[in-house]
Amino acid sequence: MSNKGMIQWRNVLLLGLTLLLSGCDMVMLNPKGMVAAAQKSLLLDAVGLMLLVVIPVILLSVFVVWAFRSGNINAKYAPEWAHSTLLETIWWTIPCIIVGILAVMTWFTSHSLDPHRPLKDTGKPITVQVIALNWQWLFIYPEQKIASVNFLQMPVDVPVRFLITADAPMNSFQIPQLGGQIYAMPGMGTELNLIANTLGDYRGMSANFSGDGFAGMNFIARASSQEDFDKWVASVKKTSKPLTIQAYKTLAKPTEEGPVQSYSAVADGLFDKVMMKYMQPGMEDLGEKDTSQTKDTVKDTTAATANEER
Amino acid sequence: MLEKFIFGNLTLDAIPFHVPIIMGAGAFMALAVLAVLGTITYLGKWKYLWTEWLTTIDHKKIGIMYIILAFVMLLRGFSDAVMMRAQQAIAVGHSYGYLPPEHYDQIFTAHGVIMIFFMAMPLMFGLLNLAVPLQIGARDVAFPYLNSLSLWLTVVGAVLVNLSLVIGKFAATGWLAYPPLSGLAYSPDVGVDYYIWALQISGIGSLLSGINFTTTILKMRCPGMTLMKMPVFTWTALCAMVLVILAFPVLTVTLGMLFLDRFFDMHFFTASYGGNAMMYVNLIWAWGHPEVYILILPAFGIFSEVVATFSKKPLFGYPSMVWATIAITFLSFIVWLHHFFTMGAGANVNAFFGIATMIIAVPTGVKIFNWLFTMYRGKITFSVPMLWTTGFISTFAIGGMTGVLMSVPAVDFQVHNSVFLVAHFHNVIIGGVVFGYFAGVTYWFPKIFGFKLNETLGKCAFWCWIIGFYLAFIPLYALGLMGMTRRLYHYSAETGWHPFLIVAAIGTCFVALGVAFQIAQVLVSIKNRKAYRDVTGDPWDGRTLEWSIPSPAPFYNFAFTPEVSTRDAFWDMKEKRAQEGPVTQTPIYQDIHMPKNTGTGFIIAMFSGVFGFGMIWHSPLMISVGLLGMAVTWIARSFNFHTDYYVKAAEVARVETQA
Amino acid sequence: MADASTTLGHGEHSHHHNMDAVDVFGFWIYILSDCLLFATLFAGYAVLHNNTFGGPALKELFSLPYVLLETMFLLASSFTYGLAMISMYRSNRQQVLGWLMITFLFGLSFVVMEVNEFVKLYMEGHSWHSSAAMTSFFSLVGTHGLHVSMGLVWMAIMMFQVAKYKVNPVMSRRLTYLGLFWHFLDIVWIFLFTIVYLMGAI
Repeated sequence: MSNKGMIQWRNVLLLGLTLLLSGCDMVMLNPKGMVAAAQKSLLLDAVGLMLLVVIPVILLSVFVVWAFRSGNINAKYAPEWAHSTLLETIWWTIPCIIVGILAVMTWFTSHSLDPHRPLKDTGKPITVQVIALNWQWLFIYPEQKIASVNFLQMPVDVPVRFLITADAPMNSFQIPQLGGQIYAMPGMGTELNLIANTLGDYRGMSANFSGDGFAGMNFIARASSQEDFDKWVASVKKTSKPLTIQAYKTLAKPTEEGPVQSYSAVADGLFDKVMMKYMQPGMEDLGEKDTSQTKDTVKDTTAATANEER
Repeated sequence: MLEKFIFGNLTLDAIPFHVPIIMGAGAFMALAVLAVLGTITYLGKWKYLWTEWLTTIDHKKIGIMYIILAFVMLLRGFSDAVMMRAQQAIAVGHSYGYLPPEHYDQIFTAHGVIMIFFMAMPLMFGLLNLAVPLQIGARDVAFPYLNSLSLWLTVVGAVLVNLSLVIGKFAATGWLAYPPLSGLAYSPDVGVDYYIWALQISGIGSLLSGINFTTTILKMRCPGMTLMKMPVFTWTALCAMVLVILAFPVLTVTLGMLFLDRFFDMHFFTASYGGNAMMYVNLIWAWGHPEVYILILPAFGIFSEVVATFSKKPLFGYPSMVWATIAITFLSFIVWLHHFFTMGAGANVNAFFGIATMIIAVPTGVKIFNWLFTMYRGKITFSVPMLWTTGFISTFAIGGMTGVLMSVPAVDFQVHNSVFLVAHFHNVIIGGVVFGYFAGVTYWFPKIFGFKLNETLGKCAFWCWIIGFYLAFIPLYALGLMGMTRRLYHYSAETGWHPFLIVAAIGTCFVALGVAFQIAQVLVSIKNRKAYRDVTGDPWDGRTLEWSIPSPAPFYNFAFTPEVSTRDAFWDMKEKRAQEGPVTQTPIYQDIHMPKNTGTGFIIAMFSGVFGFGMIWHSPLMISVGLLGMAVTWIARSFNFHTDYYVKAAEVARVETQA
Repeated sequence: MADASTTLGHGEHSHHHNMDAVDVFGFWIYILSDCLLFATLFAGYAVLHNNTFGGPALKELFSLPYVLLETMFLLASSFTYGLAMISMYRSNRQQVLGWLMITFLFGLSFVVMEVNEFVKLYMEGHSWHSSAAMTSFFSLVGTHGLHVSMGLVWMAIMMFQVAKYKVNPVMSRRLTYLGLFWHFLDIVWIFLFTIVYLMGAI
């Protein structure tokens, strides 16, 4: 290898190492909500607990291998020594204790961080209904009676109750800086309770592969002040068109890297109808016959212009 | 009409002439196949190939063919890996890389399918075939003809996967093909059908092997070899085969249901009509979780053999090792739900499966300590198999830790489906399974071929692999914590993932160098086979029965059925011989009863290939020919009563003295 | 399909080193794996049998007396197979053939009745693609029926071979396999009859 190659090579390694250590983008270690914060501390606790065994094992593996190499004539050689009740009791016991502690932690955190469980002591939550489409995210605000696509806004310090389904193959709804994910499945409703405790824009995405457009299935989750949230709701109500069943059907057509959109009103019970579409006969049309087949082309051009803007 | 009858939905349009990457790869594969066929014709070896290999039912030759299949498929699966790493290293921000998503999606699906089903599984069955009958002092496996059928079914599965590259397409769904994405509604083309039939055919092969080896190990051990005197590799093989028997029928049914959904418009897993896709996820993991233990347990066995041999000590805590293996076997069936904590089960269910999962860490941890203390107060020689073993211990400790980490449901909610998960399972599969099987191949190679592999090149390969592995996968742990999901063909620049993916790509280059060293190792060793010849039959100063016979092992394995009274049977024989002096008496050989070679397994498997291809393309002709062909071959075989013969004592004497 | 290969395959040299026990053991393990195959299908049925998607409940579609008759045929066939085995131990070729033929006819009646039931359901518009419940019903019962049909093909071959060759050790081993397979299918049917038809009728 040439000298120059070596230097470049080292630079790459150094760069990697710096990024690794600075942790600037480690979203999961940089939580912005209490759920993600609890998950992070659990992660670190579990790692710490396990390092109690893993580090000695790694050190031991290096030491033993080196100390008892055949070239080391000073090392003791015990060709028959293959059993020790004391030693084996020790290493059946130690992992048992550690796993025992971890099991207790697991039992309690599985309940306290259960996605279905409303967050404690955080006030009254707002509800957002989430529909995973091919390959976009639709967020319906039933209390505010608006909807947005590929963009989620929520007031800071207010818990959010996400009700999740899909009108597409299985996806997974996740905003890493606010907390863990839950699957979005057609004909199924799942629930996730999260909260944002810091203002900011956070990356949200689908975490479960759902087809060709999956990589672009991202959205921004904005935690704003209650005031800004109310303003946003008001502006959406003023400026956009309503999400009728027809408009929904157009929106639900496969779209890659779709634009941010919003809707000033939402057809009654749309979320339930989308679930019912898969659960009841005769609901394929969401209770309404599709009359406009020409919408396809219209939709495609809006998507295309939006892509250029991006 | 006639066309439809013969070809079904298959037309010339199925071949992607306009995609240069695929056509290039296809042309390369076609050339390779032609080169092999041409060489055989040129050397006039067709008859030899048929009588000595395609029709063989000798477990050692079947093992060799399994391993060749595994290494060819390793190259294919690894090329997929290189393509993915290259794509992710360049497809950031405005650049969309060189692979469109529909192609990229097929590549990661094929990578997973090939590496698990057509690399790891054949390598495992190959090593079992090479070593298990020799370790237990048996002439062959219980059902030699079934063994050949298993091999050829696996080969046919692999051929179908590779055929999909050129004719039609492969599944673009991820390696477990979750519905509804894999259902007709979202995947109407033949990709998933290729997936189903490749796995179905090779899966039947694996199931038959499982039955075969369980019977062999339980019923055909030499006199004196009680269960608690079996070599540890045979123990782990037995546990893995029990898992095969219990898990593979579930896979067969699950894929069968997916097939019924797609072919007959049924509704097991469809989103509508009352189908339940969550049932698929449960069923496929009820197979899938045991499957990872099917792969890792034999690797644990190999490490146990290697570590004892190269430390010149008996394995530390043999009963602990056996019970730990049995515990893992049992536990592997009650943890499948940890693959989908995020599907929304209640806290109690998640906590139960999480805790059950972390309990597996206890027997696994015990194993690691036992290996370490086998080396403690030993005399360690660093031959290549031992290098793989030491590399494994620390690598696996890290992989095990991240595994336990993800068994905590609340943590898993964050890292599930991220590349953290990808890093974890590559950490245990490469660091555990692959390192173990490489150690096993190097270890038993001289027993099968009669000469050792080149040590220096083997060591180079090891260092490239381990450095490459850490460079390629430690960044993925970091990326997972940075919120990178798996299976992305493109990502935006703000994410900050790019430098890490470059490092990972560099790691892949190191692994590629390691693979190159391995190819060189085999070539150089074949060239110098005279110099590397193992004349003793015991090149590593081994402890178990396989080293008591000459290398390469004669086709009947043991001239005399051995009798054993201790665990390290051959080691004790050697010690006794050292005390009492060598046996001077001339042995009196006897006739040996052996099964005859048969082409039935090969022919049935070929017809199953025609059948599978017909099912994929809905061709009535091919389906009928395949089905009828299989049935007629089977039935014809049942009218053949001359399936065995005797090797004369004189012939045995000739072979034995020659060696 | 695995069954046929296990039987037809190997073990012709068994009398030499006591391979009989090994071969039959292997066949038992095959039966075990087939058990798991049915267990998985039963699990699928358990999950899906109420998902009728607006269609009628399964119990409304069955005629219990009809299925009971079907069951009787299959149970009788198991009994007559046992008689065939007794004749085999006595090396009475004619009797073996006679009982095998009767077993075959009972088995065939079972399959014909089942196919008839399927056709009737299909004609009435209750096909396997009308709902997940129907899907699980047809595939569970159909898989059993397919096993019985393959058993019938096997039995036909055995009748031919017993007629052609004597009742020799190879034939008796194969008849033992077929017997295991046949009785196993009977047991599976008893579960099937109980869970699908009887419990469905409650």
